[in-house]
Amino acid sequence: MATKSEIGQAPPAATDAGTEGPDVLSTPLHTVEIVSDPGEGAQTCGQIFASVSAKMGNGIWTVEIIPAEIQPPPRIPAGASGNRIRIGTNAVTNWGDRTNLLVAFNEQVLLARHRAGALEDDATILLENRWATHDDPAIRQEWTAALKELENSSYRIVEVPMEAECLEVIEDPRRGKNMFALGLLTWIYDLDMKVIEPQIDHVFRKKKNREEIVQRNLELLERGIAWAQEHLDFRVDVPRKPTETPQVVMNGNQALALGAIASGMELAAMYPITPATSVSHQLGDIFERFGGVLHQAEDEIAAAGVAIGASYAGKVAFTITSGPGLALKTEFLGLAVMTEIPLVVIDVQRGGPSTGLPTKVEQSDLLAAIFGQPGDAPHVVLAPATIEECFHSTVTARRIAETFRTVVIVLSDANLATGVQPFPRPDLDASWQSTPPDQSPVREGRGPYDWDPRTGLSERFVPGRPGGMHTVTGLAHDEWSTVAYSTDINQRASEMRSRKIAVLQQTLKPPVVNGDESGELLIVGWGSTKGAIEEAVDRARSEGRSVSSLHLTFLSPLEPGLRDIFRRFGKVMTVEINYSDHPRAPFITRENRRRGQLSWLLRAHTLVDVDCWTRVLGEPIRPGAIHEVIRDHTRVLTDTGG
Amino acid sequence: MSGCSLLSVVLDEDRSFSVSDYEGARARWCPGCGDHSVLAATRRLLADEQLAPERTVFVSGIGCSSRFPHYLNTYGFHGIHGRALPLATGVKLQRPDLDVFVVMGDGDCVSIGAAHWVHAIRYNVNMVALLLDNEVYGLTKKQTSPTTPQGYSTNTQPHGSYLPAMNPLETTLGVTNASFVAQTAEWVPQHLFATIQAAYRHQGFSFVRILQRCPHYTEDLFLPFVQDPTRVELLEHEDGIVVPDLHSRFENQRRHDPADIDGARRLAEAGDHIRLGLFYRDETHPRYDETRSLPAHTAEEKLVLLNEELDRYAV
Repeated sequence: MATKSEIGQAPPAATDAGTEGPDVLSTPLHTVEIVSDPGEGAQTCGQIFASVSAKMGNGIWTVEIIPAEIQPPPRIPAGASGNRIRIGTNAVTNWGDRTNLLVAFNEQVLLARHRAGALEDDATILLENRWATHDDPAIRQEWTAALKELENSSYRIVEVPMEAECLEVIEDPRRGKNMFALGLLTWIYDLDMKVIEPQIDHVFRKKKNREEIVQRNLELLERGIAWAQEHLDFRVDVPRKPTETPQVVMNGNQALALGAIASGMELAAMYPITPATSVSHQLGDIFERFGGVLHQAEDEIAAAGVAIGASYAGKVAFTITSGPGLALKTEFLGLAVMTEIPLVVIDVQRGGPSTGLPTKVEQSDLLAAIFGQPGDAPHVVLAPATIEECFHSTVTARRIAETFRTVVIVLSDANLATGVQPFPRPDLDASWQSTPPDQSPVREGRGPYDWDPRTGLSERFVPGRPGGMHTVTGLAHDEWSTVAYSTDINQRASEMRSRKIAVLQQTLKPPVVNGDESGELLIVGWGSTKGAIEEAVDRARSEGRSVSSLHLTFLSPLEPGLRDIFRRFGKVMTVEINYSDHPRAPFITRENRRRGQLSWLLRAHTLVDVDCWTRVLGEPIRPGAIHEVIRDHTRVLTDTGG
Repeated sequence: MSGCSLLSVVLDEDRSFSVSDYEGARARWCPGCGDHSVLAATRRLLADEQLAPERTVFVSGIGCSSRFPHYLNTYGFHGIHGRALPLATGVKLQRPDLDVFVVMGDGDCVSIGAAHWVHAIRYNVNMVALLLDNEVYGLTKKQTSPTTPQGYSTNTQPHGSYLPAMNPLETTLGVTNASFVAQTAEWVPQHLFATIQAAYRHQGFSFVRILQRCPHYTEDLFLPFVQDPTRVELLEHEDGIVVPDLHSRFENQRRHDPADIDGARRLAEAGDHIRLGLFYRDETHPRYDETRSLPAHTAEEKLVLLNEELDRYAV
């Protein structure tokens, strides 16, 4: 049996596992975290663990634990860096509630996770114990203080001599401890070495002495396995169900980038901003092979301008940003709407306002995305809810932008950006790609805004088309793009630009209710909260509660039939990761309460009294928290409600 | 860099264009505005170079001079204040086959669009950028511009502009990778035309500052120079902008090799004289639009490549 840490006492770290073999916990869901100081490789370890688990047939959802700084001082709670991986027998749709198993490279990052309330009461902690006997008395003191802080917790802390073990293989354990940790997990979760090896090889594919490095890492891995086998008394079995359909596994930003390529777009203009930038890293890696240009502009405004200029002259282009950048692009988005130049804007949302929480998730850009442009600027806003939808949303966005000559904003967020999940491999289709711009002569008598009076749609005159010469302008203009000097033109043109959005809305399908079509409570969500909401709803329904959920992909225009759906429920409330006043907080009344952003939108749209429950904790909402909200708003029915 | 390779453009080789083929809407600038001269010189250039109207794009920002594209029968993009250069860069990156001209006022380029100006110089994308500099905000009715001379009264600084005027030539010549910097004046039409033509023929980002009168708000600003040609100095060199017809009118001529960047920077400094001519030209500077050679794939070829890419993520 492994020892429980004795406060303030030096190792022995763990005793022999004995001869009876380990206890095996069999569970359909398990959450593991690997956390270290930045630069110690916990993220790489977590990514490999997640990929291997997915390849072996587990559902996974990975969340990055990211400090705000690149290289904060070592051994401080704020520097905790790593991955949290929830693995399951079935598809895992969200990051879950709390962590069952933590691998911590020092006691300070353990404290960080403890203080964040990230760990289950009975979590098992595999803790590097070199700090207990460190030469520096200050570090020894920190170790003692940390374990004292934890003494009332019921965690099971297993001390692991990671450094000592790694020193048997390499000189600098900072660069290798993560592979030893991966070895521990390999044994605990019974991972297949045949799947791990190519994954490690891939991680080091760009290193000069790749073979040597891979070999060294495999040695460390084996050492971790051997140590675990000898010392640990538990293993975890999350039964695997290899899928029939081919799957791919990636994060949301990779999916956005690959989807953009699948859509045939050939120019992306951006300015670095967290957490959107890794979309452009992915493009930087491969876009040129597809004939694509990744333009890193001098600022966010220029990025929008270059994308609009490119779209004007040919295939639809896109720009990639996050909240502060979306704010800066505002005037250009108005120009694109006014000139009816198609444009795709990817906004990977983070916490706001201002610089806010750059690395953390929030859904606070919704109203700015829809209404942020001064003047009437009708356009399209949609939000992927899963990694898979991230891929397909760029294809949809490009097609809508082109068909309706408008701006389409895709609202992803930091949760999707860094979350890793397997999904069915996209069955790529050449028709998803935009066609080369029409260069045929323009028929005589046709104007660049020959709006169909019913639909507002018109044909695009791309430069190069003989006979189509005109000057597009952000000034109010008529069918010929002539600056408006008479009173009625602005009214008519505004109608036409608005009409297109109504035409699009008429093509949308009503959203499908998850659960019963009517009942006591309907939870409405958008974006990355889908998995957590549906898991919470499922849990509550299995308790006999009458609750359903609805998830919206299109936020502008809204999908049809919402009022009819809402009226079939006793209460409707949104769950969102943005700020709202608590209804019983001081000074807050029904009249002055500031509500969740979707809630505000739905109230105006449906005239239904849509309530909300929102949080801005800088982390995805846990299904357990939503479950509590549902419990507060529903009764247990004797009839389990189907 | 992309997009054009798939285009099948049929050009009628037999077409020829006269100045009138480039006439768009009737210009609505004030009578006597320098913009009219620049428009006339530009139409002459388009006809001289026989540029197909459908393959020529004029991009502008906001301001009096930014109405420019409306008055031409080419493709035009009348954008937003200060942002003509990013739009033009986007056009040119997507469609290197198009000829792109950018028309900006001094507020547009030197003030609100200054970040884009500096970076466009460095990008050195092949296009012509015309700064129509009347040293005042006209469209918004006489406010101080960065190029308004110190002490000059406007509606926002009625006791006179507080600070020395910014010198766009010095700034441009100070930016890494600048490749073509010239100055001309709208009241010397032959020089104006020759300068725009040299700018068009230069391979890279051609920056031309055009000094111009605003008859409404700054009528007196350039008057001493217009009335007294001895206060104008022509930069002369066989590699520069040479207009022999002007030699009798402007007796002050200075020999300056446009390859000499240090000399160019010295000459750009403000003094009692206005200097017209080519300050600097170097076609060896890297051009951003030539930094990448991109393959032209069909949709099917891209599918194959993307499927290979997805293999890397396969479970």
